[in-house]
Amino acid sequence: MMSQIMEIVIAVHIVIGSAFVLVGSYGLIRLPDLMSRLHGPSKATTLGVGGCLIASVLYFTASEGRLSIQEVLITCFLFLTAPVTAHFIAKAYLHTHKDCPKALPLPKGEHNWSTFDKKPS
Amino acid sequence: MAEQQEDCQSDTFSDKHDVKHDAKYARRGWFVRLLPHPLLSLVLICLWMALVNSFSVGGLLVGTLFGMLIPIYTAHFWPDRPRIRKPWKILSFIVILVFDVFIANVQVAYLILFRSPEKLRSHWVVVPLDVCSAEGITALAATITLTPGTVSSDLTHDGKCLLVHCLDIESEEETVRRIKDRYERRIKAILS
Repeated sequence: MMSQIMEIVIAVHIVIGSAFVLVGSYGLIRLPDLMSRLHGPSKATTLGVGGCLIASVLYFTASEGRLSIQEVLITCFLFLTAPVTAHFIAKAYLHTHKDCPKALPLPKGEHNWSTFDKKPS
Repeated sequence: MAEQQEDCQSDTFSDKHDVKHDAKYARRGWFVRLLPHPLLSLVLICLWMALVNSFSVGGLLVGTLFGMLIPIYTAHFWPDRPRIRKPWKILSFIVILVFDVFIANVQVAYLILFRSPEKLRSHWVVVPLDVCSAEGITALAATITLTPGTVSSDLTHDGKCLLVHCLDIESEEETVRRIKDRYERRIKAILS
């Protein structure tokens, strides 16, 4: 049996989590170009999914009476994969936009950004 | 400084280390062959136990089996192990990271909802790197993507500079200084 307080805590976590996911998705339509759109899903959703997963941990811990840590794993995997996905989308953007090498700031040192540079010998 | 840079290049971005590593690997004793990456084994066992979600001796045995087999078969993918010199500093880094991810979410949510898209000052920023190892750069790039208004996009071939896209920034110097001081310094302290 779950107490009233526990149910309220779980509900609050779910509501906060889904609110962040909603804002992140809204950012996809609102922001002007691809690179700024990347900011929405790569960050706003990590907290959103995190909130829902904390609610899940609390729910199964309270209802089954034992600690459930599978959800923590999902959070860990999300933290590992979200930056990689964002990086790949950014790379795709750099490849497809022809004006990119000129629009980017030049790095210090002799090598250019690896997307546009030849492989060093 | 020159010596350090030399060290960076030979350490991370050369193709020669495979041969060197194979020779080193062949010279190792039976214990190292059986457990080429003890830390990875431990992480895999913990991962398996968390996936099973309940403790049993059978589950632990299967987990240990995977924890031993996977590092043996993937040993060649790990030519250079990151040497974690100060593991206790990882904990404080994770606490700061979680806190910053929380702040980042609130900030980005605020920008999306209340700032008109035309007023966003989005910029490309170049972050010169002091971290040399591939693992350190990966950790830093992932941290940058997860934290306030920044996404890491590209790296130079020599691994000296990182291209970062910022959603809304006051000044470039300030952003670079914050990244270097808050995250890179800590990652460097963990790895060296």
